[in-house]
Amino acid sequence: MINTKDILETISMVKEENLDIRTVTMGISLLDCASDDPKKAAANVYDKITKKAERLVPVAEQIEKEYGIPIINKRVSVTPVSLIGGRYSEEDYINFAKALDRAADTLGINFIGGYGALVQKGFTEADKKLIASIPEALAQTGKVCSSVNVASTKAGINMDAVAMMGKIIKKAAYLTRDNDCIGCAKFVVFANVPEDNPFMAGAFHGTGEAECVINVGVSGPGVVSSAIERAGDCDFSTLAETIKRTSFKITRMGQLVAREASKRLDVPFGIVDLSLAPTPAVGDSVARILEDMGLEVCGACGTTAALALLNDAVKKGGVMASSHVGGLSGAFIPVSEDAGMIDAVSAGALSIEKLEAMTAVCSVGLDMIAVPGDTSEDVISALIADEISIGVANTKTTAVRVIPAYGKKAGDSVSFGGLLGAAPVMKISTISPARFISRGGRIPAPIHSLKN
Amino acid sequence: MKAVITVVGRDSVGIIAKVSAVCSEYHANIVDISQSVLSEYFAMIMVVDIDGLTVPFTSFVDVLSDLGKENGLDVRTMHEDVFDSMHRI
Repeated sequence: MINTKDILETISMVKEENLDIRTVTMGISLLDCASDDPKKAAANVYDKITKKAERLVPVAEQIEKEYGIPIINKRVSVTPVSLIGGRYSEEDYINFAKALDRAADTLGINFIGGYGALVQKGFTEADKKLIASIPEALAQTGKVCSSVNVASTKAGINMDAVAMMGKIIKKAAYLTRDNDCIGCAKFVVFANVPEDNPFMAGAFHGTGEAECVINVGVSGPGVVSSAIERAGDCDFSTLAETIKRTSFKITRMGQLVAREASKRLDVPFGIVDLSLAPTPAVGDSVARILEDMGLEVCGACGTTAALALLNDAVKKGGVMASSHVGGLSGAFIPVSEDAGMIDAVSAGALSIEKLEAMTAVCSVGLDMIAVPGDTSEDVISALIADEISIGVANTKTTAVRVIPAYGKKAGDSVSFGGLLGAAPVMKISTISPARFISRGGRIPAPIHSLKN
Repeated sequence: MKAVITVVGRDSVGIIAKVSAVCSEYHANIVDISQSVLSEYFAMIMVVDIDGLTVPFTSFVDVLSDLGKENGLDVRTMHEDVFDSMHRI
C-alpha cells in the first residue's frame, strides 16, 4: 500500500511547490518533405506535422488529468529547416516559417522549434539564406522558435556566423520593436547544441534522431527550494544529498509522463531532460534555491559554487530516475523567466559578468537577458563569442538569448508575458570589440577536441 | 488499477460521505481511507480500485473535482502510478 506520508508529499509538491512537467515535445523529421517547389515543400511540412502530432495535445491533456500533474507546454521540434530548404530564397523560407506557425495553430501547441541551421564549421548557401530570413520569420510568426549552432568543441567557432548573429539579433529586435522585441526571445545562438532538447527556443529534431520521438522536460525549482528549506542548516554533503533525492522524485514524474505519452501516441520515447526550469511564478525560481542555500541575494560571491553544486546534484539524482537522459539537463538561469533573478538584477546584485561565470557550471547560458537598445551589433557578437567560448573550451552546451530592447536603456524593463516573463534592461560594457569581431574566419577547435 | 483521492480543506460534516457516494455511484471500490493533517489543513486520503469504473477515469476525476469546488474543498484524484514511480525504485 502507498504510504500516507508519500502521498501527502507528492500532493504538496504539485499544490504548493509548483511541480510540473514543463513540456512534452514531439520531435518530427522533415527530411522527407523536401521538394524543388518551395510551396509544395511548405505544404508537405504542414501536412506531416499536423498528421504526426495530431493527438499530441489531447493525449498530453489526458495524461495531465489522470496523473494530476500539470503539463505546461506541448511543443513540436523539427529538423533544422536549412537542411530541407535547398535553393530557396529568403522569401520562400519565410513562407516555410508561416507554414510551421499554421501547423502549430492547428495543433494547439505552444511552440514549434527548428527554424534554424547548424553552421559550426561553415555555411551552405541554404544556411546563409535561412539565417538572413530569421528576423522577418520571427516577426511574422507567433509560435516559431529559431536557433543557430555557431560552434562546437570538435569544429571550433565559426566567427563569421558569430559576427552575423549580432546583426540578426538587432534586426529581430527592430522588427518586433512594437512588441517589446519579442522576436529576440524566440531566437537562441548555441555552441555544442544537443539534438534532442525539448526546451525552447533551442529545440530541434537532429539528423541522428528517429522519424518521430517524444522528449520530456521536467521542472520543479520550487520543490528543490522547499526541500532545502526543510533541510535547514545542514552541511554540504547533506545539502547535495537532499537535492539528489528531490531531483530523483521530480525526474520519475518526467519518466512516467514520457513513457505514457510514448505509449499512447505510439511514438518512441526519446529522452527526459533533467533541467530545473524556472517560471516567473512566485516559488518557481532557481535564484531562490541559491538563496535558500545561504546567499543573501543571487549574484553574491558564492553564487557560482552554489549553482555548480545544484547542477551536479540535480543530474546525479535525475540520471537514475530515467532510462534515457538527454537534452540540456542542467539548471536554467533565464533572467526574465525567474522572479528571483529579476529581483537580483533590479537590486544591482547580479550583473551580466556574474551570469557569464555562472554559465560555466550550468546549462545553458546567457538566457533571456535584456540589454540597452543602442548596444552595437559588435558588442552583441562579442558577448556571444565569449559565451560560446565557454562552451567550446569546456565541452558543454552554452547559448545566448539576448534582447537588445529597442529604445530602452539600463534600468528600464521589457515584458513578454507568459512563461517568457519580464526582464529588467541590464548594463553591458560598451567598449568596442569591433576590430576583433570583424576579423572573420574560424577560431580553431581546442586541443582537447583531439581525443581520437 | 488504483487511484488515490485526496481531499484537503476545512473540516466539515459529511466530507467522507459525499466522496464515498460518488465512488459508489461510479463503481470505484474503496480499499483504504485515512486522514492526516497537512500544515493547517484537514486532509483525507482514499485509495480506490478503479477497474470497475462505469465512466472513463478522466470523467471520474472531473466529477470529484466539481464536488470539491461545490464544497470549498480541494479534491484531487490521481492514478496510483504517480506515487509508485515517485516513491518506489
